[in-house]
Amino acid sequence: MTIEDLYQIGALYREQLASFRAEIQICGSGTCRSAGAAEIQRAFESVCEEEGIRPEIRIVTTGCMGLCGQGPLLRVLPGDVTYTRITAGDAERIIREHVINGKPLKERMLPEDYPFFTRQTPVVLEHMGRIDPESIEDYIAHGGYEALAKAVTYQSPEHIILEIRNAGLRGRGGGGYPTGLKWDIVRRGTSQQKYVVCNADEGDPGAFMDRAMLEGNPHAILEGMAVAGYAVGATQGFVYVRGEYPLAVDRMKRAITEAERKQLLGNRIFDSGFSFRVDLRMGAGAFVSGEETALLHSIEGKRGQPNPRPPYPSQVGLWGKPTVVNNVETFANVAPIIHRGARWFQGIGTKRSTGTKVFALAGRVRDTGLIEVPMGTTLREVIFDIGGGITDGGSFKAVQTGGPSGGCIPEKHLDIPVDYESLAQAGSIMGSGGMIVMDDSSCMVDVAAYFMEFCQSESCGKCIPCRVGTVQLSRLLDRIRRGVASEQDIETLEELCVMVKDTSLCGLGQAAPNPVISALHFFRPEFERHYRDHVCEAGVCPVHSTEAAGDAAGIESGGAHV
Amino acid sequence: MSEIRTLTIDGEMISAPAGATVLDAAREHGIRIPTLCHLDGLSDTGACRLCLVEIEGNNRLQPACVTRVEEQMVVRSSSPRIEKYRRMILELLFAEGNHVCAVCVVNGHCDLQDLAYDVGMDHVRFDYLHPQREVDSSHDRFVLDHNRCILCARCVRVCDEIEGAQTLDIAGRGVASWIVSDLEERWGEARSCTSCGKCLLVCPTGSLFEKGLRHADSSRKADFLRYMVNVTRRQK
Repeated sequence: MTIEDLYQIGALYREQLASFRAEIQICGSGTCRSAGAAEIQRAFESVCEEEGIRPEIRIVTTGCMGLCGQGPLLRVLPGDVTYTRITAGDAERIIREHVINGKPLKERMLPEDYPFFTRQTPVVLEHMGRIDPESIEDYIAHGGYEALAKAVTYQSPEHIILEIRNAGLRGRGGGGYPTGLKWDIVRRGTSQQKYVVCNADEGDPGAFMDRAMLEGNPHAILEGMAVAGYAVGATQGFVYVRGEYPLAVDRMKRAITEAERKQLLGNRIFDSGFSFRVDLRMGAGAFVSGEETALLHSIEGKRGQPNPRPPYPSQVGLWGKPTVVNNVETFANVAPIIHRGARWFQGIGTKRSTGTKVFALAGRVRDTGLIEVPMGTTLREVIFDIGGGITDGGSFKAVQTGGPSGGCIPEKHLDIPVDYESLAQAGSIMGSGGMIVMDDSSCMVDVAAYFMEFCQSESCGKCIPCRVGTVQLSRLLDRIRRGVASEQDIETLEELCVMVKDTSLCGLGQAAPNPVISALHFFRPEFERHYRDHVCEAGVCPVHSTEAAGDAAGIESGGAHV
Repeated sequence: MSEIRTLTIDGEMISAPAGATVLDAAREHGIRIPTLCHLDGLSDTGACRLCLVEIEGNNRLQPACVTRVEEQMVVRSSSPRIEKYRRMILELLFAEGNHVCAVCVVNGHCDLQDLAYDVGMDHVRFDYLHPQREVDSSHDRFVLDHNRCILCARCVRVCDEIEGAQTLDIAGRGVASWIVSDLEERWGEARSCTSCGKCLLVCPTGSLFEKGLRHADSSRKADFLRYMVNVTRRQK
């Protein structure tokens, strides 16, 4: 495979695409599939058969189109008309009226200027929901693997690292560590063997960015990994994906095989001296395996438990060798940077947080789904402009960012820009990009208890503060929920939060108290209403009456002395 | 000759060979840092968090057992914050399992109990979890009492790293983690066990003990590992 071959594959495929009279793209992400995307596709195929136009129409299943709350989605080309909430029964009208007669169904289509789409800046999601994730030719026809070709044939590893550093790309897994700096440490490592690992072990409640990207554009991730491999001098990459994502696993496996077949992975890529293989490893469903040292243990076939850092994986990683560990979205940013240059990337976002960020917008907003906005966009813009505001006329209460490691941000901070520093200042984190919007029907004590319960059951059990501390925090929060807590319990809760944060071994434990700390900081009166007045204003918690509280407190308090 | 690093621990200027851990350096100079999961001769995991120390210029507390000494490092092994955390860690441990010292085989010879005395832990302010745990006495000679286990994994490491049998391991997650033998079989049925008894010698609590022997009568030989490692090194 040479660059010319690559261009030819792309050109041929584009020619093929142009020969179709129309194209029907059906969202095939996990969400839309569960809402019947496959059945819808069959319905469209059979209507086209009936009308005798089947060979002229391209019907394709794509990755996530973004607006998950209104799925299943369907797009008709030419014209770029998007239809929402499609059923198999709509096939006949759409084919006859839109495709054959050229008159789109006005009442069913999404307005062209629908803010959910127009206010986004797609970089990593640029081809998502538009290309066939199971066709490497489609990816190539959209400029795929050109960045890899450019990198390995014209550029030195040092140049690539400099480009990534100049672009200011930071880890999209949430930590925000400068990617170029990480790559440089691995490149400088003296070991003969080095590795590149894609962390696709997404486990935050309410988050599905990585899943959507793996399902919708797997080659973009492989390309980013291969560029990273070339830049740091690695010959082997691993994609570590959670086993709960069977479709993502299938698509990624297929992508690896196709890329190998086309010699875009394997030996002497683009006839250069660079060889790079990628293998897939499936996680067995442990949240902690998203922590990089635990993830590496899991790839090695060991129990997914973290190690104290330092040493960092960039120095001592997989089987003791220098290893790049980056998140899915980080790798997806690589090809666009190599393609269009650091200066272009710098122009998006803020000074210290460049580029865009993908969020999974969920909760009580009108339009839920996958979005990509420039760093620095305010939370208000995300929730009210893109997300369309709160559903059912409710009023905004808080937005939870960063999953179980993040915190709840109240209305007074809605105008902060979404970047690593600002979110941290507001007591939360970027995290991998989960964003759950809550209205008055949510109780913050209940939310804090939910996240603590999650961390408690996902703790690996290696270190004591996380293993036992989270259980005790959970019990304290449960007491508040039930209205049987005392002042002393709140003091213990606060003290224990700080202790678990300060002493836990890995990020899971260190961040586990964050939702509680931020909820206490911003919504303290709500906690007090629970334990003093035994009232849950949202009506969510099973608060007791005062007498019952007294009884229960008596039963609950302490056990035997040592 | 290895290079020497000079550092300060608790205001005392000390020197230690490059590559030594803060814990090694401290103990070498008679500065006591409490540990539970650490044992000379076994690999370190940094799991018990009792040896956390403050290092100047670093906001995060660092475990002394895996932190290497550096030139000009300033370490504080004790401060009100650290003392408080150590006590809380012990309280959490006592609340987690079923630790009733009065009826324990190692009462008086228990690392956990000693540490509790040291930090002045006279009560526990957290809920006792009172877990339903088993006692595995299926082995001919030994007993594994899960009620006393603090999951320090010393037994797992000694079985793997010193004996090479890899009989013991940890299964499960969080507070539901527990020590298993072979493929979650009863210890007596675990064919890989060589009955060497090393796990008993390294257990810091009364979780592992020999049948018919009152441990209150025989103190443990935790320093045997250092002896064994030295013998092995000399042979090599």
